[in-house]
Parts: sequence; structure tokens; C-alpha cells
Amino acid sequence: MGSRESVAATNQTHIDKSENPAPMAATDITMVEAINLALARAMEQDENVVMLGEDIATNGGVFRATLGLKERFGYKRVMDTPLAEALIAGISVGMASQGLKPVAEIQFMGFMYAAIEHLVSHAARLRQRTRGRLHCPMVMRIPYGGGIHAPEHHSESMESMLAHVPGLRVVTASSPARAYGLLLAAIESPDPVIFLEPKRLYRISRQPVIDDGQALPLDVCFTLREGSDITLISWGAMIYETLQAADRLARENIHAEVIDVATLNPLDDDTILASIEKTGCCVVIEEAPKHCGFGAEISARIAEQGLYLLRAPVARVSGLDVPMPYFRQETLYMPDEGDIYQAVKKTLEQIT
Amino acid sequence: MRYPNDLPSPIQYLDASGALRHDLPANIDTKKLIRFYQTLVLIRIFDQKAVALQRTGQIGTYASCVGQEAIGVGIGEALKPTDIFVPYYRDVATQYLRGVALKETLLYWGGDERGNVYRGAAACDFPLCVPIATQVTHAAGIATAMKIRDQHDATLVTCGDGATSRGDFYESLNLAGVWQLPLVVVVNNNQWAISVPRTLQSAATTLADKAIAAGIEGIQVDGNDVCAVFDVVSYALRKARAGKGATLIEALSYRLGDHTTADDATRYRPVEEVNAAWQREPIRRLREYLHQQDHWNEAAEKKCLADCADTVQAAVDGYLATPPQAATDVLDYLFAELPMSLYGQRQQILDKAERLSLGGAHGKP
Ligand SMILES: Cc1ncc(C[n+]2csc(CCOP(=O)(O)OP(=O)(O)O)c2C)c(N)n1
Ligand SMILES: [Mg+2]
Repeated sequence: MGSRESVAATNQTHIDKSENPAPMAATDITMVEAINLALARAMEQDENVVMLGEDIATNGGVFRATLGLKERFGYKRVMDTPLAEALIAGISVGMASQGLKPVAEIQFMGFMYAAIEHLVSHAARLRQRTRGRLHCPMVMRIPYGGGIHAPEHHSESMESMLAHVPGLRVVTASSPARAYGLLLAAIESPDPVIFLEPKRLYRISRQPVIDDGQALPLDVCFTLREGSDITLISWGAMIYETLQAADRLARENIHAEVIDVATLNPLDDDTILASIEKTGCCVVIEEAPKHCGFGAEISARIAEQGLYLLRAPVARVSGLDVPMPYFRQETLYMPDEGDIYQAVKKTLEQIT
Repeated sequence: MRYPNDLPSPIQYLDASGALRHDLPANIDTKKLIRFYQTLVLIRIFDQKAVALQRTGQIGTYASCVGQEAIGVGIGEALKPTDIFVPYYRDVATQYLRGVALKETLLYWGGDERGNVYRGAAACDFPLCVPIATQVTHAAGIATAMKIRDQHDATLVTCGDGATSRGDFYESLNLAGVWQLPLVVVVNNNQWAISVPRTLQSAATTLADKAIAAGIEGIQVDGNDVCAVFDVVSYALRKARAGKGATLIEALSYRLGDHTTADDATRYRPVEEVNAAWQREPIRRLREYLHQQDHWNEAAEKKCLADCADTVQAAVDGYLATPPQAATDVLDYLFAELPMSLYGQRQQILDKAERLSLGGAHGKP
């Protein structure tokens, strides 16, 4: 796994490898292709890595994240399971306890609920309750989030349910390179890791990724853009709108610092607080419903540790406290660039 | 109680060529056969139209029921208005027969919750279920309510072959056996769960065999023979209403289309298999039979096709002309009464709707 220092040294991206004596070429790929590359790399490097899920083998996954892996690594390592999420989670716990590294796919976050019992009651505490005799190095990949006009139950952002579970690492990526590096880290990790894939970003753009097997740290935020006027804190797909808002603000000479939280558990509050020390104000942006959303945790940490750094109240931009509406009214639910922009302007007006 | 007609499994009256294998049950007369046929054709035409609407961006993802219409028509014809139907997402035929307008079905797939506002016999039915197999437990709960209240009604729930792998399915059957629930579970075995074939789903010889461990009756039926589906489901419902326990019905069919419009089945299944399955589809066999019996002719066919096309077009027109719902509907139906703490979000919704100038009729998701 990479270190905090290595992230800082590479300016928070995975791309700048200027110190590398023989740099590998970066290729422009989508996030789903980067995930596929990371999975292939992990399977190649460690024969204990196995994949399981619904429609992942022959079909390559409904989003094609596992495309070609069955052909390359065989059906014993890339398995189509019967349709049963509790089973997928439960057998992952069992396989992981015996030294395999199962990478399970839950097809959509809306279908993870039956799996949660095994995550909470077993995966997250196997090491702790056996005092280290057994452990559970499983990864669960879960596409999540809305904005793609999907049918009902296909658009939820319930990451705070997972981030609430002690003992589970919860990670999400917002670019192809970070998806690649964080997924490799998740698979290398000796702990159970939930790897959340913002599916709206799967194919939104191509960005440079180097397939060098280099993992990123699982406990740091990434500062995607530096600025001294306000801190924008987000993760997953909302990073896209957050960066858009930062661009618009920059045209008005307002310089926002943009932080991609990336690892929801454990949470790197150092990076967040250091930024607020500089800017004195922040907006937390999340796609999930506001009530008990992960933004509440971040806001509470800021209140606990950085209240006197603030010159304006913490603002939150979030989804609504309603189940994800059917897609006809999805735009009412989804936070957009305009919401972020407005929240920033309001926050700046409040500065004392 | 056991299905009375002593026929080999799977139960079939009308074979794929339209030949009668056994005398039709007494409750199926010519009038009924013609009604079966007309509904089958209507649903086939609707289904084609819905796929076309998705392709042109006028509805969202749609799950076609092509090839499986006889299951839906057989069930819909067997249910009484006092029964409760708990559907999954390939049940447009049954829902139509329960009184759900085709326009409402389009609203649902067009991303509008008002597609779940059912009237008629469907007024107390569940909306269709997407999280696989979860609906089977709700049906067991509805059947429990019927039993507690000494109602002589039945609950019928549908699911796919893939759904039979989930705990919810087994747990519900188990309860239905031990509590003698008035429950009928119909499995649409269309041989595929997205890309996973029936053989990789279960090593059981038949899915109907899954009834054995639950101590209830399991029946395998030719799901492409609307007469067989109708009669077996009618029997199971009678049995349930009479307090004689639950039944699992495995209806053998084939998913002739992609899983949904978001899927491309050519990636994982041979076209020969699909072509062979077309030879067994439900509509042609019934038309052949009606022709043989002189109950049908070219003129009747032509009129039927034209009438169905008109009905479908009227549904599409009605769907496209449906005015948008109020922006605040996303919140106003959440709780019986809107908690004070959500009034702020309600205003936020109104402001955002204004900022985005949301509005306009359906047809442009
Ligand atoms: C709990 C759950 N897991 C996964 C999915 C995604 N999914 C939708 S349909 C489907 C396959 C269902 O197959 P089957 O039960 O045979 O029904 P069919 O679609 O073939 O009618 C899957 C995996 C889901 N909707 N719900
Ligand atoms: Mg199926």
C-alpha cells in the first residue's frame, strides 16, 4: 500500500511519476476500464484473488467491469453465483477466512441490503472476535449513485450505512487513476473493504492511468485543486459537479480548494482541517440524503476539532431526505453545480 | 388436495404445434379461448411498442415479456378481484387484466410513480417488485393477513427462476407450508437470469421440486400454453381460498428478448437456442388451434391486430400527454403528514424546480 507521503509528493494524483527512472506510459481510459485493469493486475499478481457475483463471469458484469477476466483467469477464479446477495457476502467471509482474497460484486447498491448482515456481523469483526486468529480480507465492489435515468432501486447512495460499521473500510473513487490505485489497495488490504464505484462516472471521460500496479493509500483525502477562499469537500460522483462549481467560481476570482474524501472509513480529518485552517469556511457536498449522511460526520469532526478555524457556518449540499425518486424527478433530488455554487456564495456572504 | 387432472408433468393441453394433447378443462370454452388470444396479442403488440419507446428515449429501461405472455394472461384470467396479486417486472399481462391501464405501465417505465396508482381489481395489489424475490415474503404476509381474518381469498405472487435462489423465496415457501397459507407462488422460468442460465442457478431437477422441502404441492406447467397455466393457477387459487394450503407453480417458458433494453443477450446465449424457443412461443399455437376449430379466420385476425394497435396507440398518446407531477410530490407522499423538519426541504424543492424551469409533458426523460 502507498503511504501518505507518496500521495503528497505526487500532488495527489496517480499520474505524475517524474521521479520514476523508467516511467511507464499513461493511457487515457474510462473509470470502468481502470477498474478492469486493476482487477486483472491483482489477479495476475496474487493467485488467491478470486471474483464472484451475478453476471460477472460470462457477461463480464452488467457494467463490463470484469470483462475478459473469466477468459483470462478461468471460471474457478471468476465465478457467476446463483442470484443471492446474502450468499455472495457470506461465502466471501468464508473464503477470505481461509486465505483467499474474494472480490465480490454486488450488481447495484440497491441490492446490497441482504448482504449487510454478513458485513456487519461477520466480515467487520472476524479479526477482532478471534483476537487475530482469523481475518477477512474480502473486497465488495458496489456500483452506486444516481443521475443515469435508471429504474427504481438502481440509483441509491447509501454509503453512510456502510461507513457507520466499525471494522469496515469504505472507499470510493472519483477518477480512473484513483479508481485503479484505490482498488488495488483495497485488494491488498488485510481488512474487509467496501469499494464503492460511482457508476455515473464509469464512462464520463477518459483520463490518464498508468498500469504499474501501484496502490494508493486507504486513509487519506486527495486535494484535487488548491485554493484559499473556501474548501469544498466531496467524494464519488459529486466530485464532478464540485469541480465544475470550482471552475465557475474561479472565473469570478473565488478560489476553492477541492478535497476528494475518497476513504470514508477511516476518515483523514487532518487534510480537511488543514484546508479549513487556510480557508476558514467550507461546503460539504454529497449525493446521499442529508439526514445522517456522511457529510454529517465530516461536519461534526470540523465542529469538534476546528470550530475556531471557521469564519462561517459549515454548509451542506446533499440529496433530499426522500427515497430516490423515479427518474422523471431525479434532477430535483440530485445536487447539481448550481446548488454548490449557491451554497458557496451564501457561505462567503456569511463570513465574519 | 392435488391437481385433479392426471396428466404427465409438465402439464400441457395445447402443444407447440397447436394440437390438443388432452381434452381442455371444462372451464375453458371458445369464448374464453378467444379472449385469451386477444389479450396475448395485445400484450405482444404493447411490448414491442414499449421497446420502441425506449429506443427512441421516450421511456426508460424496459423489461420485455415477449414469449412469456401466456403466464401473465393465464394468471390474470384465473385471479378474482378479491384476490391479491404481487407482481414482479414481467407481469404487464396480469396487471392489465387486473385493471392496470397500459398507460400506467408506460408511466412506471417512464420514471413516474403515478404508474403505480392502480384502480379496479388491482386497487390493493402491490406495485411491481424490482429487488429480486423480496416480494415473495410480502405475499406470504398478505396471505397471513387473509388467514388471520378468515377471508376466503388467495394471494398470488410471481418471480423469476433466478429469484428461487434467494432466501426470501425459500423462507416464504417454508412459512406457507407450516402455516398453511392461502398463497400461490408462480415462477416464470424463462431459463435465464440476465446472463446466468437455469442450469447454473440450481441443481434441482425442476424448480417445482423446491416445494417438496416446504411440504407444499409443486406443479410444473407449460408456461407457453395459456390453457394449462389458466387451469393450474385456477386450481391452486381454489385450493388456497378453501384453506387447503399453498402451491408452487413452475411455468416453463423462455425469455425471447434481452433481459431488459439495457442488455444484449447475444453476448451470452446462442441465437440457435432463441430460434428454437420461438417455435414454442405461446401465441402461434393458440391461433393454429382456433383456426383448426374454425373459431378464427383471416378477417378476425386482421381486426384483432388493428384493434390492439389502436388500444396501444391510445395508451401511448395518453402517456405522452400526461402533465408532469408537482415537484413537491417527491416529498409529499413520504409520511402521512409532512414533519415540520422537512418544510425547509419542501421549499428547497420549489426553488430548484423554478431554477431549472422543470416542466413539460412526458416523452423527454
Ligand atoms: C436482489 C436483487 N439482486 C440483483 C438484481 C439485479 N437483477 C435484476 S433482474 C436479475 C435477474 C433475475 O432473473 P430471474 O429471477 O430469472 O427473472 P427474469 O428477469 O429472468 O424474469 C438481476 C440479477 C435485483 N433486481 N435484485
Ligand atoms: Mg429468468
